[in-house]
Amino acid sequence: MTDTQTIATMIEAHAGSEGPLLPILHDVQRALGCVSPASEGQIAAALNLSRAEVHGVVSFYHDFREEADPRPCVELCRAEACQARGVEAIVARAEAAAGNRVRVASVYCLGLCSVGPAARVGDQLHARLDAAALAKVIENA
Amino acid sequence: MTTVRISDDSLSLALGADALAQAFTKAGCVVERTSSWGMHWLEPLVEIDGMGFGPASITDVAAILDGSSPLAIGVIAEHPFIKPQQRLTFARAGKTRALSLADYKATGGWDGLTRARSMSGADVIAEVSQSGLRGRGGAGFPAGIKWKTVAGAPGSRKYVVCNADEGDSGTFADRMLMEGDPFQLIEGIAIAAHAVGAQRGYIYTRSEYPHAIAKLRAAIILAQDIIAPLHIEVREGAGAYVCGEETALLNSIEGKRGVVRAKPPLPALQGLFGCPTVVNNVLTIAAIPHILSEGGAAQYAALGVDRSLGTKPIQLAGNIRHGGLYETAFGITLHDLVYAIGGGTASSRPVKAVQVGGPLGAYIAPDQFDLPFDYEAYARADALIGHGGIVVFDDTADMGAMARFAMAFCAAESCGKCTPCRIGSTRGVELIDGLRAHEKALDPVNALPQMHNAPKQTRSREADIALLEDLCETMKYGSLCALGGFAPYPVLSALKHWPQDFEQNDLERTDLG
Repeated sequence: MTDTQTIATMIEAHAGSEGPLLPILHDVQRALGCVSPASEGQIAAALNLSRAEVHGVVSFYHDFREEADPRPCVELCRAEACQARGVEAIVARAEAAAGNRVRVASVYCLGLCSVGPAARVGDQLHARLDAAALAKVIENA
Repeated sequence: MTTVRISDDSLSLALGADALAQAFTKAGCVVERTSSWGMHWLEPLVEIDGMGFGPASITDVAAILDGSSPLAIGVIAEHPFIKPQQRLTFARAGKTRALSLADYKATGGWDGLTRARSMSGADVIAEVSQSGLRGRGGAGFPAGIKWKTVAGAPGSRKYVVCNADEGDSGTFADRMLMEGDPFQLIEGIAIAAHAVGAQRGYIYTRSEYPHAIAKLRAAIILAQDIIAPLHIEVREGAGAYVCGEETALLNSIEGKRGVVRAKPPLPALQGLFGCPTVVNNVLTIAAIPHILSEGGAAQYAALGVDRSLGTKPIQLAGNIRHGGLYETAFGITLHDLVYAIGGGTASSRPVKAVQVGGPLGAYIAPDQFDLPFDYEAYARADALIGHGGIVVFDDTADMGAMARFAMAFCAAESCGKCTPCRIGSTRGVELIDGLRAHEKALDPVNALPQMHNAPKQTRSREADIALLEDLCETMKYGSLCALGGFAPYPVLSALKHWPQDFEQNDLERTDLG
């Protein structure tokens, strides 16, 4: 299936729902790894929006990317509660372990605030991390 | 055969609960996956015949089964962390399986909805008002008044929206409730919809909570015949903190940028798609089934202090020995929460500060720990309860850096609609950097020859502080919503209690990515 067909199927799946743009963008981002300018145009046409409106939404939310990044992604929580539990001290080692192979992204709260530092790889969560445990999570990503 | 109960809350999963459950199955036990009791320092917690063992790992399985494990904590329900709690919203925590309709019904589930449906909408609202329930998301607006406004608003299409966009650091009660007791939330939405005459409900939650989303969607399918004709849908956010603000949240559901709307019109009159809409936090809605059960409203109103009635699920987080969920009546002091219940810091160092109410909450110093948990008492102390998250910091914390983080977070998450928040937060970061810099450079724009009236000397420290305070004042009173309006609280409280942390310092220019 081409990307255009994939996106068309996703738009179809949300037909009839109220305010379908965000659910469609999530589906496209999950399937293709990004919401490209071409996808924006196709979604805009289907929903009777301008591409500017769709681009405005895509660029507003942190979850959507314009270009796919094929590297595995480790999301590390760096919000206050994890800072209080020492996440900042293990960031440098995490970045060294990741190198260019893994993308280490910062997130602000995974809801594991009593057992931080915490990280997420896809739907897998990890908590009570120290520098060594985090490096291992990154190696296995 | 031994029945072993292990939580499938995502916090337990993050600590290896799945592998532990498999190990017990392999050892010949029947494993039941329940919600979490909320004693997070003991997770993964293993429960056998009411007795607890934790934190357990797969190497502890044999010792737990033959009774020789040193991880034994005795009867869980009698544990000093659990026993004094007054759990109404979290009454089922640790006791039931999240997606078991049988467990839910056996513990009083759907009683509130059945009773509410035998009453008129106005009578339901009267009971909610009588209970004294106020919005648990932070603003503390009386739920009964909001519902009454929606019920009385003209329009045939009405909505109930559950704000489950729990972005505050230090809070996890919404997540625990969605993952552990999703039917209670669904029942609460169904009661609200009956009371105000709504046909549709939305639950807007965060993309950072994949387990909560999956459990809610599964629960809605299981409960659809019970709540029919009401239709409930889960909507997933996309990483924008500001979407926890109710009008930004409504825009996001509509498929727009999560930009804050000016009020009025109130969402109760013109909310989702311009229709009258109830927007309530997860914990507000989850309190409803209990309130609507026989005699529930009076029981709820009998708890708490002053105008803060009922119970509040408090979340103990950060550098604390006994972190977890503590639901109790309003009025408890921070001293009790941090020391008696929380056991002090996890690092065993002295407590330096606690932040109550998420990234926008004030930093509170130990000399104010007699403050009772009460909306008005916190407001008087220039602090806020917010969603009830308490983050503890030990004496290694750099409060100047935390103040800078508050401004930087506000800058990264500002929706951009109003000037004080959009620009003020960036100026705030610069001012704090300036205060902490070793050498201060003259602003390059001020140094230009055509800037005749600009000062040609660097500002004094006092002038910098006055400017920061002035900026905070502007943000507090000039911002459209709580993001810009409350970001000054952590900054000003840190500056007031720990001015030494704003002195020259090795600059850290970490930018939020």
